[in-house]
Parts: sequence; structure tokens; C-alpha cells
Amino acid sequence: MAQSWRKVWKTFWRFKALYLMLVPGVAYLIINNYMPMFGLTIAFKDINYAKGIWASDWIGFKNFEFLFMTKDAWRITRNTILYNAVFIVLNTVVAIGVAILLNEVRKKYLARFYQSVLLLPYLISMVIVAYLVLSILNVENGFMNKVILPALGIDPISWYTEAKYWPYILTTVNLWKNIGYQCIIYLAAIVGIDPEYYEAATIDGASKWEQIKSITVPLLMPTIIILTLLAIGRIFYADFGLFYQVPLNSGSLKPTTDVIDTYVYRGLITLGDIGMSSAAGFYQSMIGFVLVLTTNFIVRLKDKDQALF
Amino acid sequence: MKTNQMNQFAINVFFILASIACIFPFLLMFVASFTSEQSIINEGYTLFPSEFSLDAYRYLWDNVSSIGRSYGITILITAIGTTAGLLISSLLAYPLSRVDLPLHGLLSFFVFFTMLFNGGLVPTYLIYTEVFHIKNTLWALIVPSLLTNGFYILLIRTFFRTSIPKEVIESAYMDGASEFRIFFSFVMPLSLPILATIGLMLGIGYWNDWFNGLVYVSDSKLFSLQNLLNRMLQNIQFLQQNTLGSKAMSSASIPTNAVRMAMAVIGIVPILLIYPFFQKFFVKGLTIGAVKG
Repeated sequence: MAQSWRKVWKTFWRFKALYLMLVPGVAYLIINNYMPMFGLTIAFKDINYAKGIWASDWIGFKNFEFLFMTKDAWRITRNTILYNAVFIVLNTVVAIGVAILLNEVRKKYLARFYQSVLLLPYLISMVIVAYLVLSILNVENGFMNKVILPALGIDPISWYTEAKYWPYILTTVNLWKNIGYQCIIYLAAIVGIDPEYYEAATIDGASKWEQIKSITVPLLMPTIIILTLLAIGRIFYADFGLFYQVPLNSGSLKPTTDVIDTYVYRGLITLGDIGMSSAAGFYQSMIGFVLVLTTNFIVRLKDKDQALF
Repeated sequence: MKTNQMNQFAINVFFILASIACIFPFLLMFVASFTSEQSIINEGYTLFPSEFSLDAYRYLWDNVSSIGRSYGITILITAIGTTAGLLISSLLAYPLSRVDLPLHGLLSFFVFFTMLFNGGLVPTYLIYTEVFHIKNTLWALIVPSLLTNGFYILLIRTFFRTSIPKEVIESAYMDGASEFRIFFSFVMPLSLPILATIGLMLGIGYWNDWFNGLVYVSDSKLFSLQNLLNRMLQNIQFLQQNTLGSKAMSSASIPTNAVRMAMAVIGIVPILLIYPFFQKFFVKGLTIGAVKG
């Protein structure tokens, strides 16, 4: 027995330099990722700063009872899921359409130019996006109220207080910001399709449209399914920047712009209501985890190589 | 042939319109930053204002001490964060790439699990503020984003495993080189493509980051450019309150609308400048992150 332990030790000792290399990264992940996982238990505590966060009393499911008694719980869940569902469907359809068209552009330098321009919004921060949206929607001097609406003979609209417009605004902004990125992914898949399929189809006299319908789209299907499933796995996580920055954190827009992530942030930082905030965060982490596992399981059934694990 | 040309024409028209839709808000912002305050108040933000003016940039120049400070902080955190993040990621990825290392599978899972499950904002915030006390320190702008994406680590690992010839490592080992020497003199230089790609992604992330500052920093001395922009978005008087004491400019004469836009312009100019040169890496970084292989 002692012999074999020594052997194990010797093997590890031989790789001591490699294990040493792991130390900073592993230590970081413990602090940044694993400690907060265990920290999720604060959702079951009555946080009391005087006693200290970790010594506060356990209160069972009280925080959750309070959370789910409010209208907020339903509202943030609905908003998060509905927005993400719309984003997934719309962005996927538009991205595939644009990618197919981009692949058809005959002059390659033009295709590259278009691609660069479409990708530009993806590379800037959400704060800047909020400035851009403000320059268009500003009540007194925005482009909409000063140029577009007067030209159409419509009265100025107070965009930042009217909740009903925001589902359209946020969907447009999201599409505008992300379309270049998603388009690139699908373009990479299209470029990977064997050109022989198209050559054979052309010889058989198939039109461009028929080729797209019966070659490109079917061969893209695996990629589409995988990416959609992975996106569904993250449907419980909203893009915090989009929902926090772009509506300028305006209170009257909450009915249509409040999502789980903004709710958790506001509870923690602005209101100091850690109980409510941590309960909502716990709810998000757990359902998010289950969804990631489920969708990955389905991906795995379809194509083992594409699954995360 | 004729329909073909028609198609090409239609496709190009579509992309020209799409490009305009992408660029238009940037143009609006750019022009607004060169517009006189009076024109903005009278005509709103337009592409063809009646009166141009450099007032906004003059104002920024007059307040270069506070704005320059934020700019400097952004440059600093981008440089440190990207370098440290890249170094820690590759140091973590290299042992994981060695199939002869005992427990490498388990260790990979340790990294991978962070992509499946996370504690979210509340516990992370409490641990960073109550245990490590990083609130209102420069650490707060760097540390929480060092290894945000476990996927990057796994990508580097895969690159090390598939693109570094085993013979290189073995022969260096034969020559008596230590693991660290092998890593720094052979593995890293041979991995420049992946390191450049991921470094670029990390760099963009740090340059654009406003979240860490929003959550962990309330001291305006530590504001990065994005945080300053963020604060000015919600409170246009912020710059005046914080800088007016030093400069003689009555608050009424500050071209606030144009200044806002000028600040946003200087925030994106660096990205626009490097973009054409690194476009290849951008595209690569984005595609490898999305679909495996």
C-alpha cells in the first residue's frame, strides 16, 4: 500500500511544474465562480449587516414567498422569456437571410465591406448604444421627434415615458447590434458547404432560389438547430446592458423593460433589498441551470460533437 | 445573364441600405458633436445642421484633466486586464491540454462547469465586497472580468492540443528544458494566432466594460471612460458638477448636448481605428466562439 501511494506521489511530483501553472487560474475560478455558487444560499437568509452576511439567520423560503407574492415575479419572468424568444426567432431568420445574400455578392471586396459595416454595432458598448438611441429618440431634439415625425405630420412622442413602444424599440436595437455577429456565424457555415452540390444543381437547371431552398437551408439546418437550442438554454438570462442602459433606467418604462437581470441589479444596488434580489437571482440560476442541462441533452441526442458536454 | 445582373443589383441595393441603417446612428452622433448647441436645440440632431461648432471638443479639451484621467484608467485596465487574463488563461489551458497529466479531465470539467452554472450577481457582489473589499479600488475594474468566459480557456486548450506538434515539446524536454521554459519559449510563440484572437476579444471587453464600474465603483476618481459616459447619460449635469470648479465657464454656456455626443465619439474612435487592421482576427474570434471546431 505504502509502495503504491509513493508511486502516485511520484507521478504527481513529476508534473509539479504543470500543477503550479494551474494555480492562478484555479484560484481565480474558486473565488470568482465557485464561492458565489455556494453563496447562493444567502437567498435563504435574513440578511443582517450588523450580524454579518454569513452569520445572518436562516429563514427558509420567506424571501421566495415575498418575491412570488409580488406582481414583479411574473412580470420579469414574462418579459425575460418573451423578449428572448422574439430575439431568437427574428435574429435567426434575418441573420440567415442576410448571410445567404452576402454569399451571393459577386464582388468579394464589396462582400467584405458590407460584412465589416454590419459588424460595427456589435463592437461598441451598450452605453454608446444608449447614446445613439438617445440621439434618435430624445424628446426635445431627437431625430424622430424633430425630423421624421414632423415630416409625417405626427405629433412628437415622449419615447422615454411610454412603455408601449419599447418592445419594438428594444427588439430593433437588439437586431441592429447583433445581426452582424450572427450573420458571420451562418456565413461561415454557408461557405463550408461543398460547392459540388451547387455545380450539380446548376447543371440540372435549378434556379438560384431553388438552390437556396433545397441545398443551402437544409444543409444549414444542423447549425440552426444547435444554435437555437443553445440560445433556448440561456432564455432565462437577459442582456442586462440592453434592458438597463438603452431605456435609461426610466421608471415608467418598467412594465415592458424590466427583466430578471435588471430586477436583481436594482434590488441589490439601488434598493438594498438583498432578500428579494437574492431570491430572484437564485430562481434565475436554478432554472437557467436546468434549461442549459436540458437543451444540451437534446443537442447531444442530435449531434454529439456539437453538445457542450 | 440579364436576370443575374438584375439580381446582383438588387442585392447590392439591399446591402447599401442595410449599411446605411448600421452607420446612420454613428453619423448622427458624429455630426451632433460638431454642431453648435443652439442648432441642436432648434433643429434637433440632424446630419445637416445649420451651424457647425467645435465648442464641444473645446470644452473637453478644457476639462482634459478629468476626461483624460478616465481615458487613462480605461487604457490602464485594458492593458493590464488583457495581459493578465491572457496569461492566466494560457497557464491554465496548457496543463489541461497535456493528456499525460494525471487528472487533466477532472480539471477540464472544473473549468467547464463554470459555463453551466453560476451564482449570479448577488453572491458575486457580496463576496467581492464583503470578503475581498474591492469596492472603489482599481481592482474592481479588472479582477471580475479576468476569466469571464470558460470557453476561451477551452479554445486555447484545444489549440495547444491540436496545433502544437508533440515532437517540439518532447525534444525540448529531452534537451532538459523545464516545463515553464517549454511553455514560454515554444508553446506561447507557436500559438500567436489563437492568443491574438482571444486577446483582442478580451481587450474589446475591457475597453467597453461599464458593468464592473457601475456595480463596484462610486468614486468618480476611478471612473473609466465608459463609466463617465454612463453617468453622463443618466445625469447630464454630472460633468459640470465634477469639473466646473476648476474652469471658468458658466453652466449655461456648456454645450451639454454636443458634449455628450463628443464624449461618445472619443469613446469609439480607438475601436474604429484598430478595427480595419484586426478585422480578420475579429471575424475569427467571433466564429470560433460560436460553433465548435
